[in-house]
Amino acid sequence: MKCRKCGDAAVIELRRHNAAFCAPDFLEFFRNQVREAIRKHRMFTRDETVLVAVSGGKDSLALWDVLIDEGYRTTGLYLDLGIFEYSVESKAKCEKFAAARGVPLIVSAVSDEIGAPVPVIKDVTRRPPCSGCGLSKRYLMNRVALEHEMPVVATGHNLDDEAATLFGSVMHWQTDALPRQSPALPSTHPKLVRRVKPLYRLSERETAAFAFLRKIDYIVEECPFAKGATSIAHKEILSRMEDASPGAKHNFLFGFLDRARPAFERAESVALNECARCGQVTTGTICAFCKLADQVKRRVVS
Amino acid sequence: MKVILRNPRREVDVAGNRRVKDILRELDIIPETVLVICGDDLVTADQVVRDGDTIELRPVMSGGSVSSR
Repeated sequence: MKCRKCGDAAVIELRRHNAAFCAPDFLEFFRNQVREAIRKHRMFTRDETVLVAVSGGKDSLALWDVLIDEGYRTTGLYLDLGIFEYSVESKAKCEKFAAARGVPLIVSAVSDEIGAPVPVIKDVTRRPPCSGCGLSKRYLMNRVALEHEMPVVATGHNLDDEAATLFGSVMHWQTDALPRQSPALPSTHPKLVRRVKPLYRLSERETAAFAFLRKIDYIVEECPFAKGATSIAHKEILSRMEDASPGAKHNFLFGFLDRARPAFERAESVALNECARCGQVTTGTICAFCKLADQVKRRVVS
Repeated sequence: MKVILRNPRREVDVAGNRRVKDILRELDIIPETVLVICGDDLVTADQVVRDGDTIELRPVMSGGSVSSR
């Protein structure tokens, strides 16, 4: 197989683009996709500091690598979830990455903020572990960005993540979730920072290939709680569709973003308040994070 | 030839001297879900791997709290 651009031996085939690339041309293709995402959605400017949420995995570290190389001002944020050896190793990967590139990394432990690590939260709430984990991450990413006066958080969500989330929302017709699915969510309240996903044009396999070719030392092992997660099942279904019909995931997501999403946007916006406890944004009186912290406190004490 | 699989890490022996895509089919692995690594290189599905080679099939799928990672 030959590189579409230069004719050298290819290292990766992208069937949905009917193309194959050698390593240097693939890296350039990848960076171009990130540039296009940032440009199209005006995600951030070079005058802003971007808080990059990093997990130690391929996606977030690949994203941080591109943004650093592109000359953006960035700070990493690692949220220590306290998931046994997995968290120890993933934190070490992030610290090593940041040190090697001389970029700042903020580390925040979920257990310091909520009173217990994710494995305990899982037992206390009896909800899927990814539920409390996701809630805590969204809350803390926003709060840390505000505390450090950064206007935007960038996450490593890729095309597969976004297609799987959309698939899950459509399967349950969660019409309130559909308008919120976007590569760039604007700030709709002074205490909500922008959230952007510069990798949404790139598949999971492409981000893995980029990380490998850039020799980024990322955690290959999966989070122990991800086994059996619904999102993984949805990704497997979509990957089978992609195998049978290259471009299926891309068409599903981009078709939604371009044509269907506007139809689900609510005519009236939801009223946003500040949590009576912590001051962060919520649609109620007490935010979901504070309620979760209360629940953890009650159970852990009893 | 040897094939290294991950999560959990294990090794299986399969017949070599054939294309990567044939090995993936035998192992019932969707090409879209793995990187195929031979030494320090990525290899494409049409590449032939020899009997003495070792390839790693590194999964690319991650998940869990997908909407917030």
